[in-house]
This record gives sequence, structure tokens and C-alpha cells, in this order.
Amino acid sequence: MNTWFSYHWQAMVLAFKRLALIPFSTLLTLGVIGIAFSLPAGIYVFLENVETLSGQFSSGPQLSLFLKLNTTQSEAGKIESFLKENPHVASFRFIPKASALEQFKESPGLAGVMDGLEGNPLPDAFVVTARDVSAETLKTLSRALAELHQVEHVQLDSAWMQRLAALLKLGRLAAWMLSVLLSLLVIAVVFNTIRLQILTMRDEIEVAKLIGATNGFIRRPFLYFGTIQGLVGGIVAWLIISLGIHLTGEPVKHLMQLYETDFRLYHLSMGDSLIMFLFSAGLGWLGAWLSVVSHLMKIEPR
Amino acid sequence: MISFSEVFKRYPNGFEALRNVSFTVETGEMALINGHSGAGKTTLLRLIAAIERSTTGSVIVNGQDVGRLNGAAIPFLRRNFGLVFQDQKLLFDRSVFENVLLPLQISGFESKAAARRVRAALDKVGLLSKEKARPITLSGGEQQRLCIARAIVSRPSILIADEPTSNLDMEYARDIMAIFKSFHQVGVTVLISTHDVELLGDLPQRILTLSHGELTG
Repeated sequence: MNTWFSYHWQAMVLAFKRLALIPFSTLLTLGVIGIAFSLPAGIYVFLENVETLSGQFSSGPQLSLFLKLNTTQSEAGKIESFLKENPHVASFRFIPKASALEQFKESPGLAGVMDGLEGNPLPDAFVVTARDVSAETLKTLSRALAELHQVEHVQLDSAWMQRLAALLKLGRLAAWMLSVLLSLLVIAVVFNTIRLQILTMRDEIEVAKLIGATNGFIRRPFLYFGTIQGLVGGIVAWLIISLGIHLTGEPVKHLMQLYETDFRLYHLSMGDSLIMFLFSAGLGWLGAWLSVVSHLMKIEPR
Repeated sequence: MISFSEVFKRYPNGFEALRNVSFTVETGEMALINGHSGAGKTTLLRLIAAIERSTTGSVIVNGQDVGRLNGAAIPFLRRNFGLVFQDQKLLFDRSVFENVLLPLQISGFESKAAARRVRAALDKVGLLSKEKARPITLSGGEQQRLCIARAIVSRPSILIADEPTSNLDMEYARDIMAIFKSFHQVGVTVLISTHDVELLGDLPQRILTLSHGELTG
């Protein structure tokens, strides 16, 4: 166990030394890996933010039910009891015309418009939340509601939500495809840096083999070399995303204030960040391993 | 114990480096391999360390058939040897100390004990005061002694040296032969190749003479 630990410790120290010996090329490699990771991860963060934001604008699959202006209270009561019994309805809220008018008056910009009107032009309304989001259910429900007596108009509030959800889904797919491609790029970058390392250290490898080094002993520092590059590259990507959030934070806040929404951009969660670091380290390891297998074993003492 | 029986080594270009070589060097014995340049001395030593394999015949080291060892077993065979190379094979980007430390790192030595052993080996070859120096700053004789320190640091049971005194003046050469002799005296099997007949004069050791790949005496 002790020997095992000291082998790994030595290999890691050696890997750090080798990285430090070529600072410029190390920085370049880390930059490439960092940028490669920051693209898909940045898109992911962006999509997450958009999704959270859309959740704030609308809560779930909603339908607005506008009644005719001449609807009596008892007719509204009948609709209410229908909604209570309908299995597709999760909850509903009655908005009498008077309170709708109040709401309008409180809205900035609209207050003046309302004051200029005689009487209340607004109808009574129900805001209905459906039990599930599927387009099928919503369509059935909206058709059933439209046929009710005294219902003027049914508006599906979630139509734009569904479009957005489909768009986000497409965006995620694009982010995934980009991740796969850029992962291959990262593997190629590490593969190549390790190849160059092996070529410059040919003598050392030969000597080590001659005095009894196992393949594992020779391989280990290279694997650490690749893993460290991958891991630090992942951290660079995280920092790039942080920088992006920092730079766009103020403008976004300002924009959201215009929409009277309190929304702040958020970063990758702790779990997501950890997954990204592990993934990038893993890719570094894989690139190093492929390189070592294809180059190191060809070096035999002469 | 090192034992050759009917060993042939033929290279792909048709050159026969060794022809029907058979001999045995007992454990604790010291033997010199003498012969002209190109007689096959280096090839013979390389077969022992499994750097090359014989075309036919068998090479037995400590009861193991070297030619039949698989790749994974070769590093462990080599840890039995202290190898002194003709071209020294020092690592010029490491200090004297680190060069000697390498075999101990490879066999997984604990670092404090390793440092003690490295200093003991450097002391033995008279390089203790230069442990922090780079090999490039050493003289030819010092580089040769550094190579010997690296070979003996892991206390091998077999010491193999390929032309350790070539390119050295007589005084250094005698020093180095004396170092080998002291190892022989503490029970290490020592095998040295040399073309330098003058050195053989005051060493009453067993001498194997190679001529054009054949053992002649």
C-alpha cells in the first residue's frame, strides 16, 4: 500500500514538474481544453437560465376562460362546479371583472388608459391550471371549456411555453452534439501533447526500461500529465463561464428590471461543476492513455 | 548464475554476432570477456539483460530462461542486474543524485532509506561531494563512476559492465576495476567486457575470449 502510494505520489510530482518545464505550451493546451469545454457547458448554463426564467413568467399549463359580459353569478357558478368535477383540472381561480380592473389599474402604463374608459370593459374570467402539460389533454380540455354556456373565449396560455420547451430541447440536443465533438477534440489535444512528451523523453524511457521499470511505472506520469491537463482545462472552462456571467450579469439585471422580474443569472450548480471536472479529467486521462499505448510501447532499449 | 548453451545470434542482415557460445559463470564469480572490437562482447551482455534475444540456444540467469520470459517478467529480471553501459546512458536533465535514485524509485523504495542508499553508493565511487551537480559538468571518469553508482545502488546480485574503462586513462581505469573487484569480494557476480588487454595483467580473474562471435578461450 505504502509502495503503491509512493509510486503514485512520485508520478504525480513528476507530471507537475514536466508541465512546469514547458509553461507556454501548457498554458496553450489548458486554454484550448478550457475553451472547448466552455462552449457546451456555457450553452447548458444559458439554457438552464432561460428555462428558469420562463418558469417565472408562467407557472405550468394554464388556460384562461373569458366569460361573456352579460354572465350572471349563477351562470358563473355552474361553470365553477363543472371545473370542480373535471378530472383534467388541477386547480382554478375565479377573477371577477372588478378585480381584473383593479389589476389593470395597478399595471404601469395601463392605468391612464383605464381611467379614460366609461364602465368596466373587462369580463369575468377563470384561470384554469391543467393536470398535465401534454398537448392532447390541453386541447381536449380547451374544447370542452369552449362549449360551455356563456364562455366567450378560451385562451391556451401555455402554447408559447410548449414552443419554448421544444426549442430548449433542441438547444440541449445541440449542446450534447457539441459536447461529443469537443470531447473528441480534447482527447486529440491531450493525445498529441503526450506524444510530443514521449518523443522528447525517449532517452529517459529507454534508461528506465533498462534498469527494470515496468510499463506501468513509465506510463503513470504520462497518465497524470493528461489527467491534470484535463482537470485544469475543466476548471478554466468554469472560470470562462464565470467571467461570462459576471460580464452579462448587470445588463441582464437591468433588462429584467424593465420586465419587473427579479431574476439573476446563475452558474453551474456544485454537482454539475463536479461532473464537468470529473468528465474533463477523465477525457485527459483517456487521451493520455491512448497516446501512451500507441507510442510508449514502441520504445524498446537499443 | 549465468549459463549460455549453444547460443547463436544472427541479425536480420545475416551478420552472425555469436556462434555456438556456451559457458557458465557461477554465483559470486568474476569474469572478464575479452575480444577485439566487433567480436560480440556487447551482444553477449545484451542477451543476458534481455535487451535482445538469442536466435537459437538458451541463456539461463538464476534458473530463468531469459529467451522465454514474457514482456511483463523482463523488468523484474533486470532488477537483478546492475548495468554499466558503454555509452553510460545518464540522464542529463537530472542531478547526479537523481540519476542514482532512479533504480530505487523504480523498485518502489521508501524515500528516506533511498536517499541513504544513494549517498552510500556515491560515496563508494567518490562522487558524494558532487551529488547536486549535473552529469554534463562531470569529467569522463566521473561520468563512468556515476554510471557505476547507479548500477550498484539497488545492491544487485549480478553486476554487468560493458567496456567500463574505454576512453579513460590508465589511472581511472584501474580505479574502476578496483571498484568492481571490491564488489566481487562481497559476493556479487561480476561480468565485465573489455578490449583492453593491458588491464588484464594484474587481475587474475577468469577470462572468456571472443573472436568473431566464437568463444576461443
